[in-house]
Amino acid sequence: MMYQENILDHYKSPRNFGKIDKASVHHHEYNPLCGDEIEMFLVIEDKKIVDVKFNGHGCAISQASASMLTEQIKGKSVEELKKLTKENILEMLGIPLSPVRLKCALLSLDTLKNSILIYEKYIER
Amino acid sequence: MLSTKTILDIESIRKDFPILQRRVHGKPLVYFDNAATSQKPKQVIEAMEFYYKNYNANIHRSIHELGEEATAKFEEAHGKIADFIKADSYQNIIFTKNTTESLNLVAYSLTAGLKKGDEIAVSQMEHHSNFVPWQQLAKQRGLKLKFIKIDDEGKLDGESIRENITKKTKIVSLTHVSNVLGTINPIGEIAKIAHENDALMVVDGAQAAPHMPIDVKKLDADFYAFSGHKMLGPTGIGVLYGKKELLESMQPFLYGGEMIREVTFDGTSFNELPWKFEAGTMNIAEGVGLGVAIDYLTKIGMNHVQGRDKELVSYAVEKLSEVDGVTIYGPKERGAVVSFNVDNIHAHDVAQILDSEGVAIRAGHHCCMPLMSVLKVPATARASFYLYNTEQEIDAFINGIHKVKNVFGV
Ligand SMILES: Cc1ncc(COP(=O)(O)O)c(C=O)c1O
Repeated sequence: MMYQENILDHYKSPRNFGKIDKASVHHHEYNPLCGDEIEMFLVIEDKKIVDVKFNGHGCAISQASASMLTEQIKGKSVEELKKLTKENILEMLGIPLSPVRLKCALLSLDTLKNSILIYEKYIER
Repeated sequence: MLSTKTILDIESIRKDFPILQRRVHGKPLVYFDNAATSQKPKQVIEAMEFYYKNYNANIHRSIHELGEEATAKFEEAHGKIADFIKADSYQNIIFTKNTTESLNLVAYSLTAGLKKGDEIAVSQMEHHSNFVPWQQLAKQRGLKLKFIKIDDEGKLDGESIRENITKKTKIVSLTHVSNVLGTINPIGEIAKIAHENDALMVVDGAQAAPHMPIDVKKLDADFYAFSGHKMLGPTGIGVLYGKKELLESMQPFLYGGEMIREVTFDGTSFNELPWKFEAGTMNIAEGVGLGVAIDYLTKIGMNHVQGRDKELVSYAVEKLSEVDGVTIYGPKERGAVVSFNVDNIHAHDVAQILDSEGVAIRAGHHCCMPLMSVLKVPATARASFYLYNTEQEIDAFINGIHKVKNVFGV
């Protein structure tokens, strides 16, 4: 069953939901197929995530995945996060996903990875 | 056992559709995604199998018994379609792959003759297949694409129709029935306005031909496109009806074998209608299958199919409206589709939970992203019906909606 208690809990009461005014980087990803949107705000110090928030709307899977991901990445190093894979996300969610719904689950990871890319390419000196 | 108002014998119709016996996630299948593709009766499945087992051959080319049988059946299918939509002859009927290819054929052929600044009018409710070809060709050829607006109810806005169809308009291309809103557009009236302005009327009949009697001459459509797979036929076969004088004057869209009369090193003369537009080896089994699907619908009677659709969709709308938090899109008078949302739950979540109950609906933008932006929603859920559906299935669907609300606690 896809809509397990923890998924619904994260969807209904997302953790780290909101914005950070002085984020080191923020980035927005959109899946036009579903209309799912996620914007992520990262505060990065000494190559470590010291704070993170996200904002967005969409299906339960996309939003729960973003909420869970923000919980996991706080305190982690940028290098560690760059190694995150699809499998890590699936493990984190712990539910079976059809190929169609995989995109929903992975939107948060795309947003995170692209945030880091932008940070390293344009912001970090 | 089945409590239906219809005069059709739904129970015996259902027996013709083997797939309806299937269980999904342990529950009986409730198939409400008919606007995407319909299920197929055993008559169609068996006719295709019979073709492959008994007279498979290439058409128009082979002087042998099998080739002649295959050719006869394939040509006969054109004639059945002609009768089905009240066209003059099989020569008005071109087989394509689907509605999309039919519309691309018209769009490429017609826009080739237009001048910079000429206008094409479509509406805000078009499927991408009646939208993207015109948009892209307009860009390539310097044409102007105009959009007829929809009103709050989801019908074409009368004023916007008159504003956007003018002497500058060369082509008006509209859907007959919206696959999202269910709106039935007054094609006959709009064709009149188009013709008064010397514009051609192209109709996307993908959601209309499967569900109501069509008379292309009464509508005065210049072109009418639809897909076999949405009307009990197989995938891979679609139809383009065109007025004969227009088809005769148009350049073919695909060149190759079968569409030619004579080829020399210097030039080519084209075959007669409709073969001029059917290049290469066609989907023969699918053509035969579509012919049988048309027989099936004709035997039931398209007026009865339409009547049954109306019963189902009114029942569904009535039951859905009783559920708190459900928003329904589209006008009262509608085809066999109902799009909706449940509170602010994403349509994909609604569809997923219904699926776990064995109920198949569609969720998303339904290939109508511009319309979604007009409705200001990212997606809708959509239930769409056909003659084999029942009121009991709608009850199961409504129970599923309550389950959705329970899971999400709304
Ligand atoms: C209104 C409308 N037009 C066009 C199409 C395209 O049909 P096809 O995918 O068979 O080409 C569809 C079906 O999806 C439709 O609903």
